[in-house]
Amino acid sequence: MGAKAVKSESGGDGTVIRFGADKPLRLDSGAILPDLEIAYQTYGTLNAAKTNAILIPHALTLDQYVASTHPLTGKPGWWVQVVGPGKLIDTDKYYVICSNVVGGCMGSTGPSSTNPSTGKPYGLAFPVITIGDMVRAQAMLIEALGIETLFAVVGGSMGGMQVLQWAVDYPEKLFSAICIASTARHSAQNIAFHEVGRQAVMADPDWRGGDYAAAGVRPDKGLAVARMAAHITYLSEQALQRKFGRELQRDGLSWGFDADFQVESYLRHQGVTFVDRFDANAYLYITRAMDYFDLPASYGGLLAEAFRKARNVRFCVLSFTSDWLYPTAESRIIVRALNAAGCRASFLEIKSDKGHDAFLLDEPQMHAAMNGFLTATATERGLT
Amino acid sequence: MSIPQNTREDFREILRLVRPGARVLDIGCGEGELLDLLVREKGVDGRGLEISEAGVSACLARGLAVVQGDADRDLADYPTRAFDYALLSQTLQAVREPRHVLEELLRIAERAVVSFPNFGHWRVRWDLLRKGRMPVTRTLPTPWWETSNIHLCTLADFTDLCASLGVRVDACAAFGGGKPARGIEPTRPIENWRSEHALFLLSRPDTAPVAKAQAVDSDRLL
Repeated sequence: MGAKAVKSESGGDGTVIRFGADKPLRLDSGAILPDLEIAYQTYGTLNAAKTNAILIPHALTLDQYVASTHPLTGKPGWWVQVVGPGKLIDTDKYYVICSNVVGGCMGSTGPSSTNPSTGKPYGLAFPVITIGDMVRAQAMLIEALGIETLFAVVGGSMGGMQVLQWAVDYPEKLFSAICIASTARHSAQNIAFHEVGRQAVMADPDWRGGDYAAAGVRPDKGLAVARMAAHITYLSEQALQRKFGRELQRDGLSWGFDADFQVESYLRHQGVTFVDRFDANAYLYITRAMDYFDLPASYGGLLAEAFRKARNVRFCVLSFTSDWLYPTAESRIIVRALNAAGCRASFLEIKSDKGHDAFLLDEPQMHAAMNGFLTATATERGLT
Repeated sequence: MSIPQNTREDFREILRLVRPGARVLDIGCGEGELLDLLVREKGVDGRGLEISEAGVSACLARGLAVVQGDADRDLADYPTRAFDYALLSQTLQAVREPRHVLEELLRIAERAVVSFPNFGHWRVRWDLLRKGRMPVTRTLPTPWWETSNIHLCTLADFTDLCASLGVRVDACAAFGGGKPARGIEPTRPIENWRSEHALFLLSRPDTAPVAKAQAVDSDRLL
């Protein structure tokens, strides 16, 4: 196991940790990943008792740059509203860890990594990974950092799925959990939207059966379309209407297929910028991991059984009124199961018209709820 | 115990009734004042259900485990006998199906503590008799068209409902006007006249009778 430390300009400590053949990652599919690399950022200082660590698992297309400048886009961290010195997740108080998921494309082992048996990028030879695999890799990282118990795991969307998986697989390593705008299993509609995205990628002639790297091309068009379709699911109808309505880009219609409407131009921009920072195969693998996510499945279909060992974990579940991707009903299923398992669960549905993406935006009520929960939980943990 | 001086009389009574260390679900827990008291003073394992976002948020900041939801819809989410006590303070008259909610309380918990404003109180009767209008009193301060109290009842109505559901009344206290709660026999007509609020400790007949340790004074035992 070796690590090379890279101090990033924005204050976070960026590092890649490598687990050799002595510590392979055993995947849910039965496959084994030798030579596992996990890229991660840390913020703040681990206290002497090692009780102040917060892990923030990221969502589908996000990464470890939760509170530091993204190296490719130059944009600020994706949750700087929440994470940083003096912020809600106060890096003067907590030691924050955010790692790129296994299967990702920002430094952790994924389909664009080199396959040791061929010396070429894995492509589709990369094994299918699951949310459980992502969490298992994170647990290896946490152990390597010498942390026995995380004070909290906090995540939204796919990050929330990892939060739930943590509570099910490692309840003894967890003091509290915040799961935002998420679900315990992917619905038919969730899978359907992901399939549209994957088909868009695979329909791009430059995808080349996943071996585009060897050919020196990239399926940018397909990936951009996938992003455009997915982006619509992150917003509410109201938010789209308010932002764009039927506003035109120029005076009058083109009577053709240019981006006449502002909403078209916006989506095209989302697609085009996305391909600069994301790998098409990683998109296939991570969406697949989400589609396979079904927490109750291994527990006879009973989600409450999954949470049975997590009775000492303090849970906070949050949802948004206008989130139709992971609607409140999904969070209520989680809360009902937590109640049935006798877990300490809190739940709040936050009024917002911003759709699924609300968890990344300035939502004072979400911030107030998280702050209240974290502060009270920190007091219980003896953190001041 | 160090119960604050200004603690509501019904809260004091509930604090007295609830067994230390019990599992408690407070339905309609507001900003969590009662639940907080119960956790601190009685060491209960407390959970709450609250409809308002502000209430849930305040509870989170107090470190309480509270779920947003309402008594009419969300009690079904709780498993049978998950709690020792289900508390429903000043809320029964505001639910859509009080009878169903009462049954749910005694499914979820071994005992239910239910309090409500008594519509049989003399001031209410006097208002109705004298003015011929829906009473507006200190207990029922809002006019009929904006009140959330859609299922008001009298002490006699409530004891009838309990009897018809086969629910046992383990203890009953009357309170109001800032005076200390007093144990009453709820079926006595005089109590229906003079009780401003009533608080009941209820259980199913197959539940063990209330133990002395539950601090029901001998003169309050029925």
